[in-house]
Amino acid sequence: MHTRIALLIGLIVVIGMLATACGGDEGKTTITVVTHDSFQLTEDLIREFEEEHNATVKLLPKGDAGSMTISLVLTKDRPEGDVAFGVDNTFLSRALDAGVFEAYESPLVGKIPAEFRAEGAGFVTPIDYGYVNFNYDIAALKAKGVEPPKTLEDLATAKYRGMTVVENPASSSPGLAFLAATVAYFGEAGYLDWWRAMRANGLVVVDGWETAYYTNFSLQGGEQPIVLSYATSPAFEQIFADPPREDSPTANILPPKGVFRQIEYAGILKGTKKQDLARKFIDFLLSVPVQEDIPGQMAVYPVNPEAKVPEAFSRFSEVTVPLAEVSAADMAANRQKWIDDWTKAVLR
Amino acid sequence: MDEGGAPLSSAFRERRAALALLAPALLFLAVFLAYPLQGILRESFTQEGGFGPLTEDTYFLERAWFTAWQATVSAGLTLVLALPVAYVLACYEFRGKAALEALITVPFVLPTIVVAVAFTALLGPQGVVNGALQAVFNLDEPPVRLLNTLWAILIAHVFYNVALAARIISVSWARLDTRLEDAAAMLGAGKGTAFLRVTLPLLRTPILAAASLVFLFCFTSFGVVLILGGPQYGTLETEIYRETLFLFRLPVAATLAIVQLIATFGAMWVNAALQRQTAQPGAMRRRSLAWTTGRRLTVAAIVSTIAVVTIVPLVALAERSVHGDAGYTLESYRRLDDNVRQQVLFVAPITAVRNSVSFALLTMLVALPLGTLAAHGAVRLRSSLAEAVVQLPLGVSGVTLGLGFLITFNRPPLDLRGSPAMVVIAHTLVAMPFVARTVAAQLRSLDPRLREAAAMLGASPLRAFVAIDLPLTWRSMLAGGVFAFAISMGEFGATLLIARPEYPTIPLAIFRYLGQPGAVNYGQALAMATILMAVTAAGFFIIDRLRYREYGGF
Repeated sequence: MHTRIALLIGLIVVIGMLATACGGDEGKTTITVVTHDSFQLTEDLIREFEEEHNATVKLLPKGDAGSMTISLVLTKDRPEGDVAFGVDNTFLSRALDAGVFEAYESPLVGKIPAEFRAEGAGFVTPIDYGYVNFNYDIAALKAKGVEPPKTLEDLATAKYRGMTVVENPASSSPGLAFLAATVAYFGEAGYLDWWRAMRANGLVVVDGWETAYYTNFSLQGGEQPIVLSYATSPAFEQIFADPPREDSPTANILPPKGVFRQIEYAGILKGTKKQDLARKFIDFLLSVPVQEDIPGQMAVYPVNPEAKVPEAFSRFSEVTVPLAEVSAADMAANRQKWIDDWTKAVLR
Repeated sequence: MDEGGAPLSSAFRERRAALALLAPALLFLAVFLAYPLQGILRESFTQEGGFGPLTEDTYFLERAWFTAWQATVSAGLTLVLALPVAYVLACYEFRGKAALEALITVPFVLPTIVVAVAFTALLGPQGVVNGALQAVFNLDEPPVRLLNTLWAILIAHVFYNVALAARIISVSWARLDTRLEDAAAMLGAGKGTAFLRVTLPLLRTPILAAASLVFLFCFTSFGVVLILGGPQYGTLETEIYRETLFLFRLPVAATLAIVQLIATFGAMWVNAALQRQTAQPGAMRRRSLAWTTGRRLTVAAIVSTIAVVTIVPLVALAERSVHGDAGYTLESYRRLDDNVRQQVLFVAPITAVRNSVSFALLTMLVALPLGTLAAHGAVRLRSSLAEAVVQLPLGVSGVTLGLGFLITFNRPPLDLRGSPAMVVIAHTLVAMPFVARTVAAQLRSLDPRLREAAAMLGASPLRAFVAIDLPLTWRSMLAGGVFAFAISMGEFGATLLIARPEYPTIPLAIFRYLGQPGAVNYGQALAMATILMAVTAAGFFIIDRLRYREYGGF
């Protein structure tokens, strides 16, 4: 029996050592990028950056946008990395107020439309953006014999009873963005009335995007044919269809002034000793090759107008309606109140 | 030192030995639990954000009540199913038993979102069950609605924990002295009376141990409540998550974390005391019951029930991963290995498997000795407090502790930023209490006279430990080891914020695929989840084989 214990322990030690053995790169500067779990880029682009600057890029995903932001705030005296990518306009104020970013203005920033630069100018650089809005399952709505809704008010009518699923703004980034959009759309005085009407109309609320999209949305076996997601989702449904198809199984509902635009920013973390490389990395994120890579990898739109987007984006995911207007400062000042009031009106 | 002085009283020596056995675990907890926890709590209370609704109304009181209520009901329901399963595992030998035991334990490692997908495939409005019911009874609407109900939470808690409870109980049940039941039968007790009056009381220690672990797991339940129950339900842990990450009210989160810690610690203390009171050392007699027709039917009924509850959802998941538009296909698996989009954070399945298994084995390597020694120490010390302290990590909020790691282990003396050791430490924190509880439950039913006899025959305490205690608790160590392995494979608790992108694991890969829309991504997530199930089942099977072989001859 003792041999058996010894064998078992020996096996564990060997495997453990194999797993943890790692080499280091000599002479190269390592730049650490704190980001969220949705970060992706084409590997070759990163390798080119590394070669050009004799550097190693280390990516450090920190959960979702919320956990990433709180990590940055709590570690601001001793940041985990040199650059942060992925704080969006729903969380930006929290990070700016805590002073986690160092001032930097990329020379490429002039190319970026002013509308993206309104928030955090001089500290953070906009990199990409997306729209939070409802998608619908085309076949499911047809089977139910109803035409797609056009406005937020439509969703609260009896015709669409029990058909809508949204994410909880207290645990989901698109959920929070959409709550802000409803405040902008209906006004502070009226937004809760709409939510109460939605509740009475059989609204389903779930914790996060994955649950809403993959368990509640009818496309993958769920019950609701209308889901709060992103404007790029229909394009991704076509690009990643199985088997391949020409059209998309889903489409966007884009009520004028009822769509929230999420802008993602990158910034240099205060306290870094690698300012030069960090600046280069931000410029790199704005460069055309990276900007053209971003849509296909992260399902968002590039801020650089010179970058081309995939064909499916213009076919299935174009957004031309006027947007809901919510400033980062509004967001910061009212986040707790909105979420608390919403929770009382919709969940209790 | 008093070594050279008067002979030490044996009680004092025993106490010192017990403390020495507890020391490694206590040191581990001091450094990796108490230190980061005080760091984050202190920091939290200096953060702005205010106490907000904490005192405003009874919202949080209701959530605390619901937390305790659902944990109690979940633990009760789990035991109702676990006892018959433990009976089958403990009392019968049959072909495929090891495989059955491995399979029913697999749910334990599955990420909640994957379980939600499996439940949707089975019980969703377009699922198998509703489809069949609608066809048979000619219904327009799907009759079964499970997702986002209280039942979803309770069923998922049973689904996750039934094997855990059954394993802990069966380890002791297999060693019950059959002569007591025989005696009861001779004295005219019917089977039911013998079970209620003899077997059940003898099993009170392991039953309480199992119930307390399930209770703790459900008390701090996070994913199940958040994902399957939906936002109308909330435990303290889900509130801590929301308050921390989306409302930025750290003082509220910290207060809730403290309440949760105190509540779970109190519950563990009472539980440990109850276990101590009811523990009855007995002789060890392993028995396999002979097969009769009645027993065959009973075992078949129990095995079918547990299979429906735990294995069928797993099969539904695996089935979906190979389900193509035109019949069955392995396309999703082929795609997993092919980095078509040339992603920088691409995770090849083989890499994910290697990393997951390595972390799991390392966690076992650390948690097994720590937990085993702590169990021996606490049982010898006869201290309920010591036992409750070892269980502390299970009551700590994962979100809070994750942030604690972040802000305390980022500077000397312990700068562990980006180190994979953080992952093993976090997993060990959750795994160690499991090992300790499992080993302690069996240790209590050991006859202390065996060790005394060894001492009388001149064996040193170490030799008595190696020759008596270790072999006799080997089974429970492996049972605990299974869960150490499982906890790591399933990425429990504090790993949320402990990033280590160089070592992506299987659950991480699943989350990556489920993070994007598109049927291809969905298919790959299911394929990865099936790989997680297969690798975990294989791991359990191998560990269980060691256990069965060792005692196969008894």
